[in-house]
Amino acid sequence: MPELGRIVEKVRSKNAGPFWLTVDIFCGSQDAFVRVRDGLSTSGVARILDTPAQTLKRFDIEDLAVVKLSLPRPAVQGTTADRDMHGAALAALIAEIEIP
Amino acid sequence: MVRILIPSGALGLGYDPDALERGIANKPDLIAIDGGSTDSGPSYLGRGVSKYARSSTKAEWAGLMDAARRAGCPLVIGTAGTCGAGSAVDWLLGITREVLADTGQSAKIAVLKSDQAPDDISAALAAGRVTPLPAAPEIDVPLIESCTNIVALAGVEQISAALATGADIVIAGRTTDTAIIAALPIERGVDAGLAWHAAKIGECGALCATNPQSGVLQVDFESDSFVLTPLAEGAHATPHTVSAHMLYENSDPFLLYEPGGVLDVTGARYEALDDTRVRVTGSKWSPSDDYTVKLEGARVAGFQTIVLALLRDARYVANAAAWAEDIVARCTAKAVARTSATEDDFSIEIRLIGQNATLGALETRLGDPVEIGALGLVTAKTPELAGEIGKLLNPYLLHHPLTRDEEQPTFAFPFSPAEIDRGAIYEFCLNHVLRLDDPMDAFSLETFDA
Repeated sequence: MPELGRIVEKVRSKNAGPFWLTVDIFCGSQDAFVRVRDGLSTSGVARILDTPAQTLKRFDIEDLAVVKLSLPRPAVQGTTADRDMHGAALAALIAEIEIP
Repeated sequence: MVRILIPSGALGLGYDPDALERGIANKPDLIAIDGGSTDSGPSYLGRGVSKYARSSTKAEWAGLMDAARRAGCPLVIGTAGTCGAGSAVDWLLGITREVLADTGQSAKIAVLKSDQAPDDISAALAAGRVTPLPAAPEIDVPLIESCTNIVALAGVEQISAALATGADIVIAGRTTDTAIIAALPIERGVDAGLAWHAAKIGECGALCATNPQSGVLQVDFESDSFVLTPLAEGAHATPHTVSAHMLYENSDPFLLYEPGGVLDVTGARYEALDDTRVRVTGSKWSPSDDYTVKLEGARVAGFQTIVLALLRDARYVANAAAWAEDIVARCTAKAVARTSATEDDFSIEIRLIGQNATLGALETRLGDPVEIGALGLVTAKTPELAGEIGKLLNPYLLHHPLTRDEEQPTFAFPFSPAEIDRGAIYEFCLNHVLRLDDPMDAFSLETFDA
């Protein structure tokens, strides 16, 4: 199975205030959007991010061919346990998920 | 009806001077720029300082003061000095006075401050006026009292009050990123849904267009729509780039909570006027029953000393995790034995750069790195203890062997001294809203002729 990053245009992750992170998957085409929408399981993402599935917000936005995921930060921005002030590296983790 | 010029996403990031000239020639009603946010972490709010270089800030601010003078319109900055705390507002006020003195000009300046006294917030908490937002930390009076800075995010009411003074320049403390753009249109009767939506799209300047780093964006409000025009050569806004910007740094791309209500863009329509301009309609604003402003606070979370060593020996690279774990255990025991500290007073962590320093336990890939950076982090309750334990950690990172019997190894230290004192580290500790009877209750407004 190919990695998600290979079938979409771009994956971007960013802080959304100090207490939330958000990941935007720009699919680039309706075909890729449908594949990601149907193939990316919310519970699978929650497992990879080690976050409770019920706190993971997901938006499948057909008009933009975007799947958006938002989650409370596991470590609040800037605390000793935080490794990534802007949440920039989660994108790589999501891009490496295999999609049917 | 109302024309707002937005030079860039933040003062200090730079803007395209040719595009700014075009914007001035188009006679805007207001030039609005953001001065910062919580983006870069808690230290800026904790210390009340700017993240941007003073030299860049002064050069760009002088350019915008000149632009506003030539355009004959007010200039407003929100969240001055990155964090919008009083000291950062005063810093930008000082720069403003310097620019006026340098150019032999004078101006009327309005200063809006957003600082909150911890005692006032503690009293508001007791009175049930402070409410947590999703994912907010637990708070109590001692935590509030320990904040080095607390600010409230101003909305359009406070910015409108500042503009109503007739000031040439408004320097505002913490505001929502959008309030400085939405205030004037709402004051002049533009629909609040359109005003807040345009402000959210425009708050990062031309980031909602192609050639995003060109900065300069013009927003025109009509009675039932707004039009976005990026002004740099080769920058184009399209329905896709504009609507996609609602995703940026928003946990919810359709609903945006602002002081006094919520913006809903679910029904918004984005239409290309040509290959550069986009018209937007259909945004909705729902006023809330209570008027609330968001609070941000930061406090000292400890003091840190760090040490960096580089492993290049293949055997140590391959066994770095076990090596680091052994060092942490030994150094922690030594720190307890040799100082008066207990294990509750400090922590030692070694992050392996090249292995999993970015993602920690979430990392799924095992690489085969040539070298590894071992970043030792000592966090302690006092700077003296952090520095002392940093010195205890130093010899381990320089010489600690994987096995007792081998010849003593030495690793690469890139610096002398190897220990780097980072001073106080801060943490954000409020994600709450404060209910106000009058929007100005938590804010102060002063004017100066300078």
